[in-house]
Amino acid sequence: MRGATQARWAACAVAVVLTATACGGGDDGGGSGADGIVSSSWGDPQNPLEPANTNEVQGGKVLDMLFRGLVRYDPKTGEAQNEIAEKIDTTDSQNFTVTIKDNWTFSNGEKITAKSFVDAWNYGAALKNNQKNAYFFQYIDGYDKVHPESGKASADTLSGLKVVNGTTFTVKLSQKFSLWPDTLGYAAFVPLPQAFYTDHDAWLSKPVGNGPYTVDQYAKGSSMNLRRWDGYPGADKAQNGGIDLKVYTDNNTAYTDLTAGNLDLVDDVPASQLKNVEADLGDRYINTPAGIIQTLAFPFYEKAWNTPGAIKVRQGLSMAINREQITNQIFQKTRTPASDWTSPVLGEEGGFKEGLCGPACEYDKAEAKKLIQEGGGIPGGQLKISYNADTGSHKEWVDAVCNSINNALGNNKACVGGPVGTFADFRSQVSTQKLTGAWRAGWQMDYPLIQNFLQPLYYTNAPSNDGKWSNQEFDDLVDKANAESDKAKAVTTFQDAEKVLAEQMPVIPLWYQNGSAGYSDRVENVSLNPFSVPVYDQIKVK
Amino acid sequence: MGRYVARRLLQMIPVFLGSTLLVFSMMYALPGDPVRALAGEQTVDPQQIAAMKKELGLDLPLWHQYWNYLVGLFQGDFGTQIASGRPVADIISEAFPITVRLALFAFIFTVVVGISMGVFAGLKADTLRDRGLLVLTLLLISVPSFVLGFLGQYFFAFQLGWVQPNVSLEASSDELILPAVVLGSLSLAYVARLTRTSVAENLRSDYMRTAVAKGLPRRRIVGVHLMRNSMIPVVTFLGTDLGALLGGAVVTEGIFNVKGVGYNVFDALRHREGATVVGIVTLIVVVYLVASLVVDLLYAVLDPRIRYA
Repeated sequence: MRGATQARWAACAVAVVLTATACGGGDDGGGSGADGIVSSSWGDPQNPLEPANTNEVQGGKVLDMLFRGLVRYDPKTGEAQNEIAEKIDTTDSQNFTVTIKDNWTFSNGEKITAKSFVDAWNYGAALKNNQKNAYFFQYIDGYDKVHPESGKASADTLSGLKVVNGTTFTVKLSQKFSLWPDTLGYAAFVPLPQAFYTDHDAWLSKPVGNGPYTVDQYAKGSSMNLRRWDGYPGADKAQNGGIDLKVYTDNNTAYTDLTAGNLDLVDDVPASQLKNVEADLGDRYINTPAGIIQTLAFPFYEKAWNTPGAIKVRQGLSMAINREQITNQIFQKTRTPASDWTSPVLGEEGGFKEGLCGPACEYDKAEAKKLIQEGGGIPGGQLKISYNADTGSHKEWVDAVCNSINNALGNNKACVGGPVGTFADFRSQVSTQKLTGAWRAGWQMDYPLIQNFLQPLYYTNAPSNDGKWSNQEFDDLVDKANAESDKAKAVTTFQDAEKVLAEQMPVIPLWYQNGSAGYSDRVENVSLNPFSVPVYDQIKVK
Repeated sequence: MGRYVARRLLQMIPVFLGSTLLVFSMMYALPGDPVRALAGEQTVDPQQIAAMKKELGLDLPLWHQYWNYLVGLFQGDFGTQIASGRPVADIISEAFPITVRLALFAFIFTVVVGISMGVFAGLKADTLRDRGLLVLTLLLISVPSFVLGFLGQYFFAFQLGWVQPNVSLEASSDELILPAVVLGSLSLAYVARLTRTSVAENLRSDYMRTAVAKGLPRRRIVGVHLMRNSMIPVVTFLGTDLGALLGGAVVTEGIFNVKGVGYNVFDALRHREGATVVGIVTLIVVVYLVASLVVDLLYAVLDPRIRYA
């Protein structure tokens, strides 16, 4: 019986070990009140944290805390307001004079001058620096020299940028673009300190900026601790002591930690938890519109889709999709059915217009079938909607859209989903015009302007016009709107251009995406800005 | 013995080269362009993509890329990640210590609990406690590890509050116990069953009867004569199991937020980070090779009839 006793002892040892961990872990909360530290979920940024090289939200979060530019978008309304800029003047919508306030410095004490901006922009635009956001500088005169479409750069700096004195510089654009100052809130346009160029590696491992926070500690791939910068000259000083960003394996584990009280803020509630979120968090759950629209795009490089009949087919397909039902059941109301090609975050003044798409975006089974038949049926007899299967659970809604279309047409094989294994492969196929059917497309705005929802996507040969749609009337209207010096007029002209989209239906608008977040009862005053990034500086610790 | 070990070590070289080449070509064959994917939904001009590829050496033919990789490897350079520009060696040196600890905990749990349970049941085969063990282990084998993981998280963290549901960034040892138990429970079931069968069988063997007839104390009969002879199949299993544990557990690591090898391989695969995948997989291969060598050497310790020359 001795053997038996030993075994029992071993089993007990395990039980003891398990109970011993009972109060392990513990709370790492850092104080409370104005100096309280907020812990927040994070994902590993998919690029070094250079402002002109960051185009995804995880890196964007950090830049939003570390940097301020000439202009800042109001976290609530999205309206562009001067931050470092004293004024940005123009008489002809093409030549701008930028004057900056002279009380701004970087957190290392270096003064911010006109040169801080001009050097940073030249760096971002230059081909040799491989910055992903280089195309943001494309409107500045001389961009084709520093970043030619082929061959070597023939200039190092943008000829359109000139430093006048310490606080003034001039910008010459290559075309008229009246809303250009409103684009300057994007991270690519922030000023950079000298340390960025002189000791680049050191800067990357501990970025220095001019925003309300400074980097205290940065462990690549796992965490970043940001602390309030007391010397911050701006009006939007941080209301908390700092932010601890922690990388999680996915949004599920982050949500688990939030419900266990180990984390204060999760800015992406996993889809699988949306049903529980009310019970888990109550009113500590945010679900607000973000500047993201999801669409179905079509290949206009394929002859069959580029015919007058195909317009009717696309309109019919659009009417066959029951957006209301899909957003309610699959997305649990974290998407809103789309009825134009922009986003509600622009606001009425900014150019968002509900219902601009008209009946073509309303669900009407009978009319849908009629239109598709009139247009000669779906090219090829079947609509294949391609999507990437690895992220974002697209399969569910693509199948639902197909179901909806099949239902309307009374044909089980009218529409099928076409999964592509990885996002990398999917984007390769889309951007090299390999797809012959429709595909899921999404657009997250770079800056809250109606121009950003139209020009990069539908203008002839625009960088993100993957379907190669081209329409003279649309292009003319966009050009006209860009040249318009009055902002309100420019917006209505852009809306006129948008009406061309309603007539031609080059892409089918599906829904506007919301940003979601949940937070612990330790913090308050949590909100998301129009880019669905938490407004970190306003969070208060109880 | 020394020659045998040397020969085995030399054999590792072709296996190592072959496996890196295999993994490298598989990554190369995957569709999609990792550099292009960096830009997300945005479009980046093709020239810039070409420039980045050139910088990273991704524009070269497969054999040349592989050659460059091997040359770098022998200089201790595992390459760099495409997206973040971090050296892969950094990622490995961060992920492996966590996984090694997790694997060791799981391994110790498997060995101690599994063998004890096996001996406990095997000594009284076909009794109630033996049947009980068989049912329990069958249950463990048939329940997928993610179910166990979520159940463990729900009961021990949320209901009883004994542990934290997730492993924090520091991955302190007490946080790793629950994931280790979940990770080890499948192997535990196998080890318990192997031990039980082996013990039950060896109890009936001649040398056991001789030992009992000699009047040896029971502790010595069970502890030395029975155990040593019953351990060979268990050690074989444990050897490969240790390799599997060190190779990372994507599912378990995912549930408990462990940023170990499994998570990093999975993440790198998703982003098509070739160098990271090849680097980690290569290390896992080496771990397997070493583990199997240790197992073979242990045979000789357990059973003196086995000799290596």
